[in-house]
Order: sequence, then structure tokens, then C-alpha cells
Amino acid sequence: MNAVDINGVTKTFNQGRADEVVALSEVDLTVGDGEFVSLIGPSGCGKSTLLRLIADLITPTTGTVTVAGKPAGAARQEQAYGIAFQQSGLFEWRTVLKNVELPLELRGLSRAERKARAEQMLALVGLEDFAGHYPAQLSGGMQQRVAIARALAVQPPLLLMDEPFGALDEMTRERLQSELLGICATTGTSTVFVTHSISEAVFLSNRVVVMSARPGRITASVTVDLPSRDEAGRLSPVFFEKITEVRQALRGTPAARPTEGAAAGSDAR
Amino acid sequence: MRKTLYVLAGLAFFAVLWEGYKLVGNPEGTVLLGVRVLPRADDLSMPHLWTVVERLGRPELTGGRPVWIVVVQACLFTLGITAAGFVIGALVGLLLAVAMERFRLVERGLLPYVILSQTVPLVALAPLVAGWGGTIMPPWATVSVIAAYLAFFPVAVGMLRGLQSPSASGVELMRSYAAGWWRTLVKLRFPSALPYLFPALRLAGAAAVVGAVVGEISTGTRGGVGRLIIEYSREATSDPAKVYTAMLGAALLGLVVAGLVSLLEVPLMRHRRHVEVVTL
Repeated sequence: MNAVDINGVTKTFNQGRADEVVALSEVDLTVGDGEFVSLIGPSGCGKSTLLRLIADLITPTTGTVTVAGKPAGAARQEQAYGIAFQQSGLFEWRTVLKNVELPLELRGLSRAERKARAEQMLALVGLEDFAGHYPAQLSGGMQQRVAIARALAVQPPLLLMDEPFGALDEMTRERLQSELLGICATTGTSTVFVTHSISEAVFLSNRVVVMSARPGRITASVTVDLPSRDEAGRLSPVFFEKITEVRQALRGTPAARPTEGAAAGSDAR
Repeated sequence: MRKTLYVLAGLAFFAVLWEGYKLVGNPEGTVLLGVRVLPRADDLSMPHLWTVVERLGRPELTGGRPVWIVVVQACLFTLGITAAGFVIGALVGLLLAVAMERFRLVERGLLPYVILSQTVPLVALAPLVAGWGGTIMPPWATVSVIAAYLAFFPVAVGMLRGLQSPSASGVELMRSYAAGWWRTLVKLRFPSALPYLFPALRLAGAAAVVGAVVGEISTGTRGGVGRLIIEYSREATSDPAKVYTAMLGAALLGLVVAGLVSLLEVPLMRHRRHVEVVTL
């Protein structure tokens, strides 16, 4: 069974009004079980919209979204996914531990179970010593790790991430990427990861889905098979080949003419 | 400890200001182009502070109880009325805010009237409310109603603002957890609103005191400090210090209420002050 099935999805905001925007047009996407898929594209290409559709935070105008074999709405009701945004969105009045416990509380787990599970998740992101701290006391990278621990707390089969490392510096970003890969490998979680960094997408993913704007649609799908996902992987020729391939897909030009159409992909870096 | 010192310093400053003006001010007041811009500084208009303090110790009427006991008792009576008004007002304000947050239509329809309610002169309202005294409620409760009428407003407006303060991502997060309206209210909106609630409650406390004092006067309710001010001011020409004892009591009442309200804050806002950022 696929983790996510998207069939013929179109999303139009403010339909029938003067400010009508077609965010997505006729999108088909499948995410296999245990697969790590990145969505990449210029600003306004609808990648975040696509993620929110999978999360059932918004509903498609036409088409269907299926998560783990169920309609997206039913999957959300069952907390079949964990989600993390660019802003950690931690609740400032709760300690780190209580923040991670939040989704478990809403699931109705007992106090002891919640605490044990949350501590386990904090250990996973290397923050077990900060359980009693408040979010305001932590640095941005640490807050983001708490947010990831929170997303993982219900041990969801699917992880949705919307530029989770976007606000972090390069060093922290690379460390968290490795940590995320480790977590996904141990838990077997399927992941949909929105980013606008080409190298991040290539390093993390089994597949990079390239999108273009106005209207948002999928223009290419690049399968990545790195020899290893560590420092050696970052230096391998395959890594650079795939980066070039994604970059060209973003620019929408064949390999022979890499400089043309740069404007279209300019904000995709 | 330090706070107490600041309060004492504030009191000392006020005392110096009062006596200082008495020393240098024109006893007939300063008149500029036919308008008195500064008050009279004579003993009839501004008795010495020690006269006021000394008046507190003397009997109210010949052979009666000392004034300070009468004032304290009146203040306690008004404190009771204020407390009842504050609690009712705060509850009504909270409920209105929650209703307005829940239903857009209620917010649109109700908020203008909530604001309008505060522009209705209290003096116009008081006789209507006073009519309820002795029939559907005891007379003192009508004063509480007036206090509540003033107190609900800051709570309703401040709390609505607070309930609407969570970021869109916070609301989306709760939606992703399949949390309904009630659980989003309890787990997200309410805690987010606390920093807005407490300043609103402090305003409500002050408004309730004003409401109680003015309410006592305009409904003619006996026993409170508002009534005492009116009674004593009738004797202002013969005994100017007396009315100031009652005013001192009213001011003290306001301080006590403000203090009690800020005590509410201590257990709930404990976690929001520390800011020792760990950088790792």
C-alpha cells in the first residue's frame, strides 16, 4: 500500500472571485511505503499547498488525496501523519517534554505512557537533557529538533515536513539532515519533504519531485540513488550529477543549454 | 522588598508634592484670564496631610466611633460589592470573548454593542438598575451589577484579542492532531490568551472599584465608601479633612483590588518570565 496517493488534484483559492489563484493544476503523485520524497520548486509553485492537501489542512478543489489507503480527512482524524513546519511552532508555556507530549495527550494516552514516549523521542533528537526547559530557552536548531520529536511522537507512518530546516544555518542544517535520515531509517517512516534547497533535496531523498509555478504542477521526477547518505555521499559524483539534473529540471531546459531560462528557476537557488 | 520601597517612595513623593504645593501655591488659587488653572491652596481646600491623619483618629461625630474605623468598614463593604461585580464582570467578559471567537457572526454583531455599552452614561443607567434592588436582588447587589457592567468590557475585548492571538501554524497543528474546537480552546487558545487576560483583569479591577463607588452614590446605597464621600463632603466647609479621609479610603481600596488581581497572575504566569537562552 502506498503512503500517499494523489490523483488529478487541482486547488483553486478564492474560486470565482477577482483574486482567484490556481495553486495546483492536475497533480498526480505517489509516495511509496518508506519512501523519502522531496518537493522542490520556485516560490509559489504550490509545494506547500500540496503538503497541506496531504495533511488535510485544506481540501482539494477537484481530485482525491489518499493517505495510507484512506481519504486524507480520515487519515488526519487517526493522526496517521506527523507534521513539522518552517517555524517550530512550539507552545511557549509548555516545557520541551510537555510540547512533545501534546499530540499524545490529544490521543488520550496515560500520563506515564506519554512521558515515556516523549522522553524516548527527545533522546532520538539528542535533547533528553533539555526536557524541563522552555522553548524560549533553546536555540533555533534545538527548537526545530523538538518540533521534529513532536511530529514523531505518535510514531506516524508518514512524516510531512514543510521547509523544516529553512530558517537554520548551514552547519545545523546538515547535522539535522543526517539525524532525520537516521530517524527515518530506524522507524521506517515515509516522508514528504518540502524544500527549496537542491542539495538538501538530493541528499535526503529517494526521489526529488520538481514543480513549476503558475499554475503549480509537477514537471519532473528525479530518482536519486546515492551510494551512501553521509559525508562520503555528499562528495560522490552521483550527488553532483543529481544536483545538476534537478537544477536543469527546475530551469526547464535540456542539459546542453544550462544557462538559458535561468530566470524561471532563480528563486529555487 | 524592593517593590515595597518603590511604593513607599511613591507615597513620599505624593506627600511632598501636596505639602510643597500648599507651601508655594496661592491660597486663592492661580487665576489666568478668568479661569482657575491651579487649585486653592488654603486649609479649607487642601488640608494638611497631618490634619487628615489626625482626623482619622478622632470620632466621626461627637462621642461616636473614630473615623478610621468607619472608613475601613465602609471600604470593606465596598470591597465586597467590588469583588462580586468583578467576578460577574470577568465571567461575562470571558464568555462573550469565547462566543465571539467561536462565531464570526457573533463577533461582528456583538462587538459594536460591547463598545457602545461603555458610552452609555452610568448615571443614566443607575436608576434603572437601582429599581431592581429589594425586589429581584438585595440593594447592594444592584451596585455589583453596575460594577460588573464596567468590568466586563476590558475582559471581553482583551480576551477576544488573546483568543485570536495564536499563529496560523499553531491552529493548523491542532487541526493536524484532529483536535476539535473545545480542545483547541483549552490547549492552545486559552494559554495563548493569558498574557492578554491579566492586563485586562487589572483594568477590570479598577473599573469595578469605580463602578462600585459611583454606583453607591447614584443608587443611594448606604454603607459603602462612595456614600461616605458624599456624606462627608457635605461637611467640607466646617470639617475639610473629613472628606479626605473617605477619599483616602477609596484610593486604598483601589490599590488593594489592584494588588489582589495581580496576585491571580503569579501562579499562572510563572513560566513566562525567565529568559536564559541555551545556545548549543
